[in-house]
Amino acid sequence: MSTVASFQADSAEVVKAIVKALGDEPGALLPILHAVQNEFAYVPTEALPLIADGLNLSRAEVHGVFSFYHYFRSSPPGRHSIQICRAESCQAMGSRVLEAHAKQSLKIDFNQTTADGELTLLPVYCLGNCACSPSVRIGNDIYGNVDPEKFDALVSGLSTRRIEVK
Amino acid sequence: MTKIFIPRDTTSCALGADRVAQVIQRTIEENQLALQVIRNGSRGLYWLEPMIEVETEQGRIAYGPITMDEVDDFIAAECWIKNESHPLYLGLTEEIAFLKNQQRISFARVGIIEPTSVDDYCQQGGFVGLKNALAMKPAEIVSCVIRSGLRGRGGAAFPTGIKWQTVLDAVAEQKIIVCNADEGDSGTYSDRMLMESDPFSLIEGMVIAGIAVGATVGYIYLREEYPLAHEVLGKAIETANERGYLGSNIAGSDTGFTIELRLGAGAYICGEETAMLESLEGKRGEVRPKPPLPAIKGLFGQPTVINNVISLATVPVILANGADAYESYGAGRSRGTLPFQLAGNIKYAGLVELAFGSTLRSLLVDFGGGTRSGRPMRAVQVGGPLGAYLPESQWDVPLDYEAFIEIDAMLGHGGVVAFDDTVDMSEQARFSMEFCSIESCGKCTPCRIGSVRAVEVIDKICSGDSPEQNLRLLTELCDTMVDASLCAMGGMTPFPVRSALQHFFEDFASSSEP
Repeated sequence: MSTVASFQADSAEVVKAIVKALGDEPGALLPILHAVQNEFAYVPTEALPLIADGLNLSRAEVHGVFSFYHYFRSSPPGRHSIQICRAESCQAMGSRVLEAHAKQSLKIDFNQTTADGELTLLPVYCLGNCACSPSVRIGNDIYGNVDPEKFDALVSGLSTRRIEVK
Repeated sequence: MTKIFIPRDTTSCALGADRVAQVIQRTIEENQLALQVIRNGSRGLYWLEPMIEVETEQGRIAYGPITMDEVDDFIAAECWIKNESHPLYLGLTEEIAFLKNQQRISFARVGIIEPTSVDDYCQQGGFVGLKNALAMKPAEIVSCVIRSGLRGRGGAAFPTGIKWQTVLDAVAEQKIIVCNADEGDSGTYSDRMLMESDPFSLIEGMVIAGIAVGATVGYIYLREEYPLAHEVLGKAIETANERGYLGSNIAGSDTGFTIELRLGAGAYICGEETAMLESLEGKRGEVRPKPPLPAIKGLFGQPTVINNVISLATVPVILANGADAYESYGAGRSRGTLPFQLAGNIKYAGLVELAFGSTLRSLLVDFGGGTRSGRPMRAVQVGGPLGAYLPESQWDVPLDYEAFIEIDAMLGHGGVVAFDDTVDMSEQARFSMEFCSIESCGKCTPCRIGSVRAVEVIDKICSGDSPEQNLRLLTELCDTMVDASLCAMGGMTPFPVRSALQHFFEDFASSSEP
């Protein structure tokens, strides 16, 4: 996933190419929104009219679909997105404490990004990892039995990795 | 070459299986050991994951949990040679009581085969049902599924064969099979396990459904929250196409069937079948009024079979062994087996496939071993976020669909979430309504607004603000949502709330007392 700060001239071409490639599928809008978000890490507002044009839909229709789904974002996330499961199985194993700890230690609420642009905290309702609750997802990796201590270790692991990359 | 099996499903990986596998693989290469690592699915004995199995002449033996802390010792002790004295030695896998006491039918291959190996799948009885189906008339296939007694495992428990019959009888140029893989209920993971561990059974089930009703197109609507299932299923579909089990001329016949894998986008309501159809059509996931039934007018207006992953994946074994073999399991009108999923605060969490008719207590105690925290178990939510919270006095009710309906509860998709005595049931009731307010599609008023008001009213009750009056209001609000909502989201969210009020009322009153 690449993070693009602003929508540039060639970004429009990328969106148009996605619409062209997928637009003929029946019910193409969700696959297109997924492809756009995979490309930009969010769905730029400027992409919506391009998708509408390509699918012969109104901008309102495309916006209505885009905004219905929790997964699609209208702004760039941090370098890493951390999802904390809020559902019942995780609640039974202390996710309320984990959630409060995460917000406090990162100094952000759900759906916010840390000031350094590193981490975005997101709620999620079930990762299907309920045999080792509480669960957390970072990227496509899912972690189990996450207590505040393990959460801190995961977070510091992410920043360590960033330094290594440098 | 001795085979070593290291699981690769979401939960075993969440517990470190990938890293353990890397260490073992590296050891094999560096020391040129005569060992072959197979990444199987999980057996679902999750408190033992990562559970490593080794092939022996007597059958597979198991060690677990082999975490990163244990893997060096596992290697040093050369556990691939049977090592009964190793502290994590578990004996023959099939003899482990948690597994031995189950009736695995839908999950017969799960954890045994390499998930995307067609050869493994065929060796374990795969594609026998399909071959039988290809030799049958569509009506005979439908009749077989009806006689098996199979009901929708997604939660609604509608007879699968009756649904197929309706689509078979419908006249249309194109009919469609949709697999609902939007397993959003908390405490459920059987669909995920099956897709990650035995994806061909789902593919085979969909192809048989297509032959039965005359559909050549299938969609799988998979939730975005399951990245590994997405990868495995994608590979399985590709392999099935290459090996002639999908595409045109399936298994050498003149029948064709294609499957397209689509991803959801984090909306719980899209597990509701009509909202899912809207989503597949590229629209907001808003619930459709019924009628028309999807079986008459479904995806893109065509007659559509919509079945859950487990329902479809169970069809091949019914076609392979006959309807009677499946129907012989179960109790009352609940025939066959249900893969229960033990979750939450439970010592031995995992997948337990059982014939209907056992009890919740047996699941919680005999299989689950009580709470993980060691404290007394207080409440159990069965059937996901729309299922009731059951106190201990209800744990002896038989596990069958009708018996649960009688106590205003539901088996649903078989999720069992245990809570110990630290739970505050007013918080749980509040969460049920909060979840509904977040996930409501907004189409009908009782669900969209009722859930928001209910959160406020529960807060008032708990803070001692006219509790009696507000309790009456909450009861009325629940009645309205049950009676007037368009779908199960608004219509069943009151069930956990009512059960919390009925059985755990003291939790609502406590915070209002000085």
